[in-house]
Amino acid sequence: MSAWFERLEQALAAGEAVAVATVVAGMGLGGKMLVWPDGRCEGELPTPALTAAVREAALALFGGADADRRTFTVGDQVSDVFIEVLAPPPRLIIVGAVHLAIPLVRFARILGFHTTVVDARPVFATPERFAEADRLLVGWPDDILPTLALDAGCHVAVLSHDDKLDVPALWVALNSPARYIGALGSRKTMAKRAQRLRELGATDEQLARIHNPIGLDLGGRRAEEIALAIMAEIVAVRNGRRL
Amino acid sequence: MRELLSEIKRWRQQGKAVALATVVRAYGSSPRPLGAKMAVSAAGDMAGSVSGGCVESAVVQEALAVIADGRPRLLRYGIADEWAQGVGLACGGEIEVFVERIA
Repeated sequence: MSAWFERLEQALAAGEAVAVATVVAGMGLGGKMLVWPDGRCEGELPTPALTAAVREAALALFGGADADRRTFTVGDQVSDVFIEVLAPPPRLIIVGAVHLAIPLVRFARILGFHTTVVDARPVFATPERFAEADRLLVGWPDDILPTLALDAGCHVAVLSHDDKLDVPALWVALNSPARYIGALGSRKTMAKRAQRLRELGATDEQLARIHNPIGLDLGGRRAEEIALAIMAEIVAVRNGRRL
Repeated sequence: MRELLSEIKRWRQQGKAVALATVVRAYGSSPRPLGAKMAVSAAGDMAGSVSGGCVESAVVQEALAVIADGRPRLLRYGIADEWAQGVGLACGGEIEVFVERIA
C-alpha cells in the first residue's frame, strides 16, 4: 500500500479536508504530496522549491475550485502537477424522524451526504427505521442542533410537522451559516412559524433563507417523490442554481 | 474518491493490487469533471468512472499494465476518429487520465 494513500484514507475517515498533489508529467513523475488547510504537508516532491510552490498552490485551492492543473518550472526542470481538494462530505441534518425522512436518508446517502436524523420522539427515532442514517439522535432540536457545529457544508431539512420541534430547529439553523434550510409545510403553516420565529428575533433576511414549500415542484405526493424533490433542491442550491 | 474506498479496501483484502485512474485534464464537453476517478484491481474489477463509458475499457487495460510494471502513465483520449486505437469520446471532448498504482 502506498504510504500516501494510506494517509489519505485516514484523513478522509477522520472527516478532514485535504489536498492531493500529483506530478503527472515532467520532473518527478508520480510524485505525491498531501497538504492540509493549516499548512501541514506530507510527502515531498523532488526539490524543496517545487514542494514549496505546490504547497502554496494547494493552499490557495481550499475554499475555491476543487482542482487545478499547474505547470511549475524550477531551474530548467518543468513539472506538470494536478492538485485536487478532497473536502469532507456535505452533511444533511433532518429534523423529524417522520416517514418521509426514511427515503430522504437513502437518497442523501446515494448523493454522498453524511446524514443525521434528530427527533425528540423515541417512537419515531428508532434504529430500525433509520438503519441507513449515519447518526440518529433522540432529543430536542434546540439541545441537539447547537452541538452539531452547523457550518456552510450543512443542509437542514425540517420535517416534523410539530412546532415544538420545527420552530426551535429553524431558529438554530437560521443563526448558523448552513448552506440550505428547508421546511416542510404549506405557505400558511410557514406563515405561522415565521411569526413565532419573529417573536424569537428572526429578521426578514433570515426568514428569506428558508426554502418553503420544501423541495423542487415535481408534482409528487408520495414520500419517495417528496424526498427526491428535496434532494433535487439541495443539489441545485449547491450548484448555485437560482430557482 | 470517497465512494471508491470501500471497494479498494475489499480488493486489498482479497490480495489484489490496485491502480487508480484520475481525470487530470478535461477539454470541451467531456462527460466527467476534473478529478473523476476509477479504481481497477489486478483481476480487472473496476469501480467509478472517468468518462461516460467511452474509454473505461481502454483505461482498464492501461491500469493492468501500470499494476504490472508499477510505472504511472498519463493517457490522452479525444474524439474517436482521431485516435488510431479507435477509443475515444463520442461527445467531442478530450480528457487526460493519470493512472498510478496505489496498492
